[in-house]
Amino acid sequence: MLKFASCDGCQLSLLDCEDELLAIAGAVDIAYFLEATSSVRPGPYDVALVEGSITTPHDLERVRQIRKQAGFLVTIGACATAGGIQSLKNWADHEEFMRCVYAQPEFISTLSTSTPIAAHVPVDFELRGCPISRHQLVEVLAALIAGRKPRTPTHSVCLDCKRRGTVCVEVAQGIPCLGPITQAGCEAICPAYNRGCFGCYGPAAQANCDSLVDHYQQQAVGTERLVPLLRNFNAAAPEFQAASNRVAGGDAS
Amino acid sequence: MPHRTVTPGPAALTHDPWLSHSVRIERLVEEMPGVATYDLVFDDPATAAAYTYQPGQFNMLYLPGVGEAAISISGDPGEPGHIPHTVREAGNVTHALAELKIGASLGLRGPFGSAWPVDVCIGGDVLLVAGGIGLAPLRPVIYALLRNRDQYGDITLLYGARSPEGLLYADEYTDWRSKGLDFQTTVDRGTAGWKGNVGVVTELLNRMSLPRPEQTWLMSCGPEVMMWYTIQAALARELSREQIYVSLERNMNCAVGLCGHCQFGPEFVCLDGPVFRYDRVESMMKVHDL
Amino acid sequence: MADGQSNTTERFLPQTGLQHLIDLLTTDGYEVIGPQLDQGAIVYDTLTSVDDLPRGWTDRQEAGTYRLEQRNDDALFGYVVGPHSWKQYLFPPLTTISTADRTDAGWEFQTPSEPPPRRAFLGVRACELAAMKVQDRVFMGGVYVDPAYQRRREAAFIVAVNCTLAAPTCFCSSMGTGPQCTQGFDLVLTETDAGFLIESGSDRGAELLEQLPTREASESERDLGKAARQQAVDQMQRSLDTAGIRDLLLTNMEHPQWEEVGKRCLSCTNCTMVCPTCFCSSVTEVADLTGDHVERQRVWDSCFNIDFSYMNGGVVRNDVRSRYRQWLTHKLASWHDQFESSGCVGCGRCITWCPVGIDLTAEVAVIRGSGSATNEMHTDVAMQGET
Repeated sequence: MLKFASCDGCQLSLLDCEDELLAIAGAVDIAYFLEATSSVRPGPYDVALVEGSITTPHDLERVRQIRKQAGFLVTIGACATAGGIQSLKNWADHEEFMRCVYAQPEFISTLSTSTPIAAHVPVDFELRGCPISRHQLVEVLAALIAGRKPRTPTHSVCLDCKRRGTVCVEVAQGIPCLGPITQAGCEAICPAYNRGCFGCYGPAAQANCDSLVDHYQQQAVGTERLVPLLRNFNAAAPEFQAASNRVAGGDAS
Repeated sequence: MPHRTVTPGPAALTHDPWLSHSVRIERLVEEMPGVATYDLVFDDPATAAAYTYQPGQFNMLYLPGVGEAAISISGDPGEPGHIPHTVREAGNVTHALAELKIGASLGLRGPFGSAWPVDVCIGGDVLLVAGGIGLAPLRPVIYALLRNRDQYGDITLLYGARSPEGLLYADEYTDWRSKGLDFQTTVDRGTAGWKGNVGVVTELLNRMSLPRPEQTWLMSCGPEVMMWYTIQAALARELSREQIYVSLERNMNCAVGLCGHCQFGPEFVCLDGPVFRYDRVESMMKVHDL
Repeated sequence: MADGQSNTTERFLPQTGLQHLIDLLTTDGYEVIGPQLDQGAIVYDTLTSVDDLPRGWTDRQEAGTYRLEQRNDDALFGYVVGPHSWKQYLFPPLTTISTADRTDAGWEFQTPSEPPPRRAFLGVRACELAAMKVQDRVFMGGVYVDPAYQRRREAAFIVAVNCTLAAPTCFCSSMGTGPQCTQGFDLVLTETDAGFLIESGSDRGAELLEQLPTREASESERDLGKAARQQAVDQMQRSLDTAGIRDLLLTNMEHPQWEEVGKRCLSCTNCTMVCPTCFCSSVTEVADLTGDHVERQRVWDSCFNIDFSYMNGGVVRNDVRSRYRQWLTHKLASWHDQFESSGCVGCGRCITWCPVGIDLTAEVAVIRGSGSATNEMHTDVAMQGET
């Protein structure tokens, strides 16, 4: 379990697998997991779970080393799979940020962008979500142990809303919701609590972002609401990025 | 307009279509890398005694925790006690199946689906055209026809594979020929020592004599594109659409027409197929991404 | 649609009698399910009292929009249909269909034989009765019968309620399924300002009716009921021209409209989930930690999901265009081949609950408008799966 720019929340998902944790610990040999133990063993590793996005030149070097050490590389979470919330910096003036935040920005070595792991090294499996679902994490580990392909859904959040009987917040209340273009995995939590989907699991397969965005614009949902909705935890996922740029009128990267 | 026909095969074993029966691997033959034949037998003697199937039908093989896969039965319907399935490793279930050894326990639902028209073509000439692993669903036809050899005219099998190693059931060819099967093979690419035909299977069809096309029945199974060209060749040789049968493949999930996965236009491939008379599916085979 | 019912057997049930009905059903061991307000909509859920019903509320529906509104009366059934349908009780979103247990002697398989849940559905509309009939054919009318559906269906007691209004999304008249309930119920109610007109449609309905505090309906009360039902007929704005629709759609498989609607469709599955007849499902394996006990769970799935047509070697319907075409041609055309009826009952849910308001009646009209001009299916010879 290795980490780049991230909040550690996805790593904690593994510790959150209370029921399954002992079985996992019994089935695999955990060599490197700083959130769980300070005992660290050197690679190579059969499986590397990688959290976080690439934001520094050092990250770049390290991720290449990890790739060399890892038999099967799984990226976990929105940061590792799409650049995370910190990819908002991709639309901003990075130099200016540094000047504002740090007294001596010249000591800061950082890239101007936050990018997913797959932008730099080949990735064997991407597990989406902010944070990831522990059920899906267990499924991925179980599949890797069994030597089969992990079963994770590619369908939209809407399907899960309907399966659990949640009334569509967009149709019934006019709440802008990314559910129709977002991949399932969260069990459709937000609409069940009367909130629109934030897109935590990134774009669903073949997400038709343009149609949904056109519809919201026709419903007079303003740019000031739509752009932040699309530029969230998966802001730099290509489909969401293209959609938000289109709404913003191409005034960004 | 509605053209649902009753499934010609025997009814499946149980009134609850979701119930699997315990079976065991009795015999295991590796046909080629990634392809093996598993002979399955029922644990329960009563179930075994009740089980019959027709050529072309399939079973759902079930590995608990992994899932089910639809596999056509490749055995002799006259000997339904041990049921061979020739399986190519392609997905999770078939990969897991490949890990199993003789004696391993698994589940089986079936038989399901429609059958090849071995009764319809009595008295006529029969032309079987298979590609690759597509010979597996046709092998029961070969057994059934050769068992009643005197009831048919010419019986011809044209069989193509990518390479000589891709030809299934090679140790049976001599037996089949001796029992009256006119049998030709062809490969896309020959290897050292291969003295047979090289080229697509439709070339064999174009070259063969068809003395009485109005009494010749074609049954074809293989990649859809191969079947398509085979059909065109047969039509050119004056077979009618009603004399042509194909076996189609779609994603089968429930096998009993209740889940919607395997729809092909109006057809449920699991229920109305997998074997279809060509006139029934012709228009749909021409539609993209159906 | 004319008021085709003779109504001579209609009885009058005062408003206070409805609680009686609920109580009788409950005493009979039924869990009564009916409409109620929740999550900004009228949904179906368990109820024990008439006070749980959406008294004085109605729904305003358009393509892609649903809003609750207050009525200026105390009607209990003064709305049409919401996002839920009875499908969720007869063909639940998740059903365990079989189990496997590892024993020393190998795998042991079983299918559940749970006692059927005894449920009474209160407030079933004509289109919903038609939808049940459609799903009956799917799950019980073919070569194989789905035991889980059959158990639930046969145990269900159905109290239908005639519509007294139509939403702009309703088109049951043109589908021949409503708005009046004509068959498939145990009891049917028509709500008027004065009270309910009630009639039985089955022996067990008649038995229950006898226990209710009804009296013979007067002619003026029957006229009130008739007028209320007629109002739904008169309000119906939308329609679907079903003349020759099967051949129309199946001979227009390459119509440019599929591409056009594919640009708007989100492929999000909402239409199929709210549809009371859509029956697509997938089975997933759920194992315990040891893998020794495995359940096969059937969950609602949709032809709009890419994985749905996945085969070894690829996805068959790999764009929105082909998936929308599959849904619509199945629903309105090939359903006739499979089940000798349309798969559409005209409830309008797919129109209302499509986040971007795609209207199947409009899509069909476009295809009908250009007719055979693009009927090129038979000349466009191309194979899928070509390598």
